[in-house]
Amino acid sequence: MKKKLFILVSFTFLYFNFLTAVTYNSEPKIFIQELVDDATKTLSDKSLTLEEKNSFIEKVAVENVDIKALGLYTLGQIRKDLDETTLNTYQSLFKKYFLKSLTSRLNDYSSQKFEVLEAEQKNANYTIVKSKIAESVKSPEIKIDWRIYTKNPQKPLIRDLIVEGLSLARTQKEEFASILNSNSNDINALLKKLQEFISN
Amino acid sequence: MEFKKIQTILYSVVISALLIFSANAQSQNECFEKVSRGVFKFNQGFDNLVLEPVAKVYNKLPEPVRNGTGNFTSNIATLLSIPNHLLQGELRLAGHATGSFVINTTIGILGFGNPAAALGLENQKEDLGQTLGAYGVGGGCYFVLPILGPTTIRDSFGMIIDNQYLDAFARVTWHEKEIKSLSGNKLDYVGVKAATAVDFRGDNMINFESLEKNSIDLYAATKSLYLQDRSKKIKNKSSSDDDSWGELDK
Repeated sequence: MKKKLFILVSFTFLYFNFLTAVTYNSEPKIFIQELVDDATKTLSDKSLTLEEKNSFIEKVAVENVDIKALGLYTLGQIRKDLDETTLNTYQSLFKKYFLKSLTSRLNDYSSQKFEVLEAEQKNANYTIVKSKIAESVKSPEIKIDWRIYTKNPQKPLIRDLIVEGLSLARTQKEEFASILNSNSNDINALLKKLQEFISN
Repeated sequence: MEFKKIQTILYSVVISALLIFSANAQSQNECFEKVSRGVFKFNQGFDNLVLEPVAKVYNKLPEPVRNGTGNFTSNIATLLSIPNHLLQGELRLAGHATGSFVINTTIGILGFGNPAAALGLENQKEDLGQTLGAYGVGGGCYFVLPILGPTTIRDSFGMIIDNQYLDAFARVTWHEKEIKSLSGNKLDYVGVKAATAVDFRGDNMINFESLEKNSIDLYAATKSLYLQDRSKKIKNKSSSDDDSWGELDK
């Protein structure tokens, strides 16, 4: 009986997990097109609450953005000097920081129209997908390039957004470097800043 | 006459010193970070009190008025782009910019319209900072100017020379030199620069808000964005070529 119940519960869990899983095509251009379409549709759905929208963004990001690699990249060379426990603490805080910052940014831009233009394979590991936000009353046309990590061709992951030639990952990396530099490379200063951002 | 000679010699010395200094300095280095952070705070205050409220009102104006203002200021900026295209040896772009200026000033009624864009004429902005960068001159250290915002040694030096010699609009207005019976005054210059700033701020309302809300060090984020933007403009590239990601994949 217990075994049957366990199987039933497991299947129910898997079924609902399948229903809510956000999986997109593995071809980079179609991947971004599907992701953007899905995000635009969900974020403009007036029947959803802000919490539901944020939860959707977080789920999509966790599954489709290489948050771990992004965290390491933004940390810069200091990552090589950190012990495992500190690095794990940083990664955990960075994930929360990234998701909070991403939900805020996407909600800011959700009302705008995206158009995916073309994909350019840089090498085996990277493809750049070019897209644009159409000109609106609120803002001019904005070009957005997506840096897609394609080492596993079956599971492309977003590593960076380049808005009008300005890399968000690089900006974040230089922000973190500034905090570290002005605190004698003390990682705790950065962890404290991240914690403050998450708590606010 | 004697004063002019001394002025020319002084400029030459300053130019040489700056170019040598700039070529050896890294842009990410700060000239005087504490002072710059203070000036940055002052600029934020100025933005909160003056620029942002004005830009919000500006954004409520009818779209044709805002487009016309953007076109007008952009057309005037072309006067600075033309000599800089020539200095970079970009004859095609200089031709496009000249054509754009002539067509927009005449058919486009003093530049309020932009018929040149419909004819496929590019109007890429250039200044002396970009020209020097195109010849390999490094940015030099980074600092923040009151009201004018982020800059580097190279770019601020370029701005002065642009204003003094290369920008025909600045010559006519700020320096009140008559060119082909065209005349103006300092107020015209400040007015156009203010309109340019308000138009830019209005266009980027969401971007500024989002950046402010999501930065843990806004000063550093602004610095990074400024330096990336200048590098992109110097290379005339629209994409980032940051390959330091490669290290993670080894």
